Amino acid sequence: MSTNNDTQWPLWEVFVQSKPGQPHKHCGSLHAADAEMALQNARDVYTRRGEGTNLWVVEAVHIAASSPEDIGPFFDPSNEKVYRHPTFYVMPDGVKYI
Amino acid sequence: MNTKEALVKYILRIADNNFILGQRLCEWCGHGPILEEDIALSNIALDKLGLASGLYKYVAEIEGNGRDEDFYPFLRHEREFTNQLLVEQPNGDYAVTMVRELFNDAFDYYYLQALLKSSDTTIAALAAKSIKEVTYQLRHCSEWIIRFGNGTEESHKRAQDAVNELWRFTGEYFEMNEIDAQLIKEKIAVDLNTIKDTYYKHVADVLSKANLTVPMNEFMQTGSRKGVHSEHLGYILSDVQYMQRAFPGGKW
Repeated sequence: MSTNNDTQWPLWEVFVQSKPGQPHKHCGSLHAADAEMALQNARDVYTRRGEGTNLWVVEAVHIAASSPEDIGPFFDPSNEKVYRHPTFYVMPDGVKYI
Repeated sequence: MNTKEALVKYILRIADNNFILGQRLCEWCGHGPILEEDIALSNIALDKLGLASGLYKYVAEIEGNGRDEDFYPFLRHEREFTNQLLVEQPNGDYAVTMVRELFNDAFDYYYLQALLKSSDTTIAALAAKSIKEVTYQLRHCSEWIIRFGNGTEESHKRAQDAVNELWRFTGEYFEMNEIDAQLIKEKIAVDLNTIKDTYYKHVADVLSKANLTVPMNEFMQTGSRKGVHSEHLGYILSDVQYMQRAFPGGKW
């Protein structure tokens, strides 16, 4: 939401990777004037307690999101389609993060 | 002066510097220009106080006369503090605070790297722990100065004013006396001449990226090695020492 009265810097969404190999997870947002400053702010705000090994910042305006009204048509139809779940396979021991 | 006395004075110099600068940065807590910077500066302040605390503890251990680490920051007098004049200078606007950081942290960056080779293993270990913190602190203030310098006419002017105002406090970082001479011989201390050119080149590089001018004046303030300070240190100490002076030995 940007209006003429908005004196804030752009909003950035922050994604933290907790360990190498793990996916980056969204952890929050912050304001910053540019990407480098957004990275520094993210480091200071979201990784103070050993949460991360890598950071992504994305300016919020670049994220396209589905709207709350889409919840029915987007997501409900998948509820009845059990055949989409690969529950018939046995996972080998040692496979992680699935 | 025997080695032990020299070592105590040498370590107190580094500890006092980090303690006073940490205290100055703490003054920004709750007053930062934006929430994120408020957190960033408080992080940095605590890094500085953490290093100071480790060094004061080590001094207490070397002296071994029953004093604990709190004695040194809270019960010594103004003339016994040997922090650089730069770090006791007031915060001013954000440009002043960031330029003060640049001038100090660029020194610490090279100084702590050199201390990694100190024959005193405790000093080397404390330096190893702090070097990563200082690397980030230097990046943080440099990025701000580059943006101030290339920002608006006003931000450029404020950054240049801060550089001009604080430049005269940089020379003191490289002063050496009989303490340095004695400890350099024992490979404990750093010969500051070996990092001076690198320091000034680094500072000049950041200022040039910020489109700011390196001051030409040669005059440098001096005094801290002898415990002679600007008017500001007394006020800082009366703040931080108040509780111990009013309630001696008080704990919470």
